[in-house]
Amino acid sequence: MSLLEVKDLAVSFVTRMGTNKAVDGISFAVDTGKITAIIGESGSGKSVACYSMLGLVPMPPGRIDGGTALFEGQDLLQMSESQLREIRGRDIAMIFQDPMTCLNPFMTIGKQLVEPLFYHKKVSKEQAKKRALELLEEVGIRDPETTFDNYPHQFSGGMRQRVMIAMALINEPKLLIADEPTTALDVTIQAQILKLIAELQTKRDIGVIFISHDLAVVADIADQIVVMQQGKIVEGGDSDHIFHHAEHPYTRKLLAAIPADSKTPMEGEPETLIEVRNLCTWFDQGKNKEPVKAVNDVSFDIKRGEVLGLVGESGSGKSTIGRSILRLVPVTSGSVNFDGTDVTTLQGGDLKNFRRRMQMIFQDPFASLNPRMTVFDTLAEPLLLHGIETRKSVASGVLKLMDDVGLARNFVRKYPHEFSGGQRQRIAIGRALATRPEFIVADEPVSALDVTIQAQILDLMQHLGKEYGLTMLFVSHDLAVVRHLADRILVLYKGKIVEQGSGDDLFERPQQDYTRQLLSSIPGRALLE
Amino acid sequence: MWRFVGIRLLQAIPVILAVITVTFFLVRVAPGGPFSAEKAVLPEVKAALEAQYRLDLPLFQQYTAYLGDLAQGEFGPSFKYPGRSVNELIGAGLPVTAELGFYALLVAVIIGGFAGVIAALKPNTAQDYIPMTAAMIGICMPSFLLGPLLVLVFGIYLDWLPVSGWGDIPGDKILPAITLGSGYAAYIARLSRAGMLEVMSQDYIRTARAKGLPEWEVVVKHGLRGGLIPVVAFLGPAFAGLLAGSFVVETIFQIPGLGRFYVQAAFNRDYTMILGTTVFLSTLIVLFNLLSDILAAWMNPRLRAQFGEN
Repeated sequence: MSLLEVKDLAVSFVTRMGTNKAVDGISFAVDTGKITAIIGESGSGKSVACYSMLGLVPMPPGRIDGGTALFEGQDLLQMSESQLREIRGRDIAMIFQDPMTCLNPFMTIGKQLVEPLFYHKKVSKEQAKKRALELLEEVGIRDPETTFDNYPHQFSGGMRQRVMIAMALINEPKLLIADEPTTALDVTIQAQILKLIAELQTKRDIGVIFISHDLAVVADIADQIVVMQQGKIVEGGDSDHIFHHAEHPYTRKLLAAIPADSKTPMEGEPETLIEVRNLCTWFDQGKNKEPVKAVNDVSFDIKRGEVLGLVGESGSGKSTIGRSILRLVPVTSGSVNFDGTDVTTLQGGDLKNFRRRMQMIFQDPFASLNPRMTVFDTLAEPLLLHGIETRKSVASGVLKLMDDVGLARNFVRKYPHEFSGGQRQRIAIGRALATRPEFIVADEPVSALDVTIQAQILDLMQHLGKEYGLTMLFVSHDLAVVRHLADRILVLYKGKIVEQGSGDDLFERPQQDYTRQLLSSIPGRALLE
Repeated sequence: MWRFVGIRLLQAIPVILAVITVTFFLVRVAPGGPFSAEKAVLPEVKAALEAQYRLDLPLFQQYTAYLGDLAQGEFGPSFKYPGRSVNELIGAGLPVTAELGFYALLVAVIIGGFAGVIAALKPNTAQDYIPMTAAMIGICMPSFLLGPLLVLVFGIYLDWLPVSGWGDIPGDKILPAITLGSGYAAYIARLSRAGMLEVMSQDYIRTARAKGLPEWEVVVKHGLRGGLIPVVAFLGPAFAGLLAGSFVVETIFQIPGLGRFYVQAAFNRDYTMILGTTVFLSTLIVLFNLLSDILAAWMNPRLRAQFGEN
């Protein structure tokens, strides 16, 4: 008998807009000692399926339409709330996607850690603390005695996720549900957390459900893989089957979306468009404090028509370089020469004219688009501001942009919230292209997107790059994505360039330890070779 | 932390100075004067009076002299209560008003906080609509209407509570406190509802549920602290508002507090009294705002850490 056997589980959300079948009759099993991965895009129902079994889906609007979920032979769906409460946190524990928001910011991590222990078992304060310290040590938190009384904001994202994991394991559950546990983390941290989860799972011999949108992430750890699309399971099987003998077109599409190839290098010797020399961007921390040297003495060139990739972990200064070139943050010293003009000294009208030639695409299209402006307004604004179109011709200009970025023309009066993440990023790209820029800084433009959408947006950017003759600075923490798109790659670490070269150079012949470490962190490396 | 307090106190100086200046010149621009309503007096007497109150000096000198007094903590003599200084008058009324304000705040926090939290737990159900509708009525209902209504019902028809007075008969403080506090209870209910709704939708609440905590522990242990921070930040301005807004309630229930002084002072053109009460209250408002900001920041570990560093 499997640890968890789900049969024909169906969950729907009933709203005024109608009934939405989030989970439509799915069946799968999780065995003790195995990792079962559920793969699907956002909205595919993968999280809802797991949450509904534990009574964590608010009802209404949620509703369980049928099915069974036998956990050790008992149907979770038939249990009362108080019976489920006994199981939650004791037999079945969860880790969530974003460790930033999933820990209570008002409580010390120690207090949060021992909570499930107090609630489910009779333990003394000292015993609880002892147990918590052991676990913190085990998940790799340095100096648990002192950090026990720290608040979540005093930890980095990766450390917080370790705390979450310790909290989930504190009652030695039989089943661990990990919902996108590494999605919000840097690639190197992601590799560490994946390794940690796999280790803990083997050591304890427990069952794990690993929910992810990214096949590559689970490639190294999953025993069984279930692929979900629109509430249904389209394909399931062991890891080997999915990666090498996938049958369903959607699974194949997911596999194809894992960026693998390198871009062919540019031909000839194009002229230099941007010359960055000894760029320093420091942020003051107040009096008597060392400034944060986000960018520290960095020099490089960007050729016309080139896509330059900038990779590094968060805090490496990669975004700050992009912002410094665009003068979105004040530069401390050094020069940025754009087509013969030093942009660090530009003021007023000159700066405005110059801004028209450079644009930026941000990571989170929802946060960077004004929620009160329709697509039309968003795209028309830069066209009118920079005098590219007149009031009369602006409508046709906007429609042309929408065609270019692959948005249907009838969406023109809609607001950002009515679009999906990928569509919003298309709007953001359209807005950036509106001023006919020569240079674009794309700051993690696909990090917030599902993998198949990610592939579409990357294709679009590549295509538009050629069509508009764009030069691009592509900032990302994801080496595979950068390799796919960039002609050359700079590797940044703590505000300095540690290595540069073509994608193939870096991937095949990395010179620096840090680059090697980054490369070994790419999930599903085995797949690429 | 001390640096923050210091900066805020320094910032308060120009604010209070502006209040003094504007009030000082406005009351003198207003038609009439402190002695214009009295019977005609001999010119010598009038001159002596004006000299006593420095009204014979040029306006700007009156102003600087007043500032000098203020710097020593002197609000000057009252025009209408001969022989008594404004300091004494405020000192006499303040304890009563402060006590009334404190009870009213207690009423507001307990009723408002409770109603708001209850409403937020089941949004868009009767459990939400009923307290929130009551809160809306509470905000709309002026105290000069609510006070007499409460007196009619509880003081006269039911005869449970005294209809007026302060500290004379047991229970005579209940109706004034409710009358004064109800409007603020309504504001607090709305604030705590919004705060709790926001917090209860956070991911860490789901984490708490996933740990198997019972719902009331999820609310009390994980929800309340974050949800009530906006309420705490509102307490300072609310208390200052209660002190300044107590006139109507004090009149209805015949309470010997501060309120009547400043209203009468305005009618009487009692310059020093108007200025004294205004300056005193604006200082209180600044102080209470600061206090509640500190308290709210202290409740948030993240801000607390920043305080510690500065």
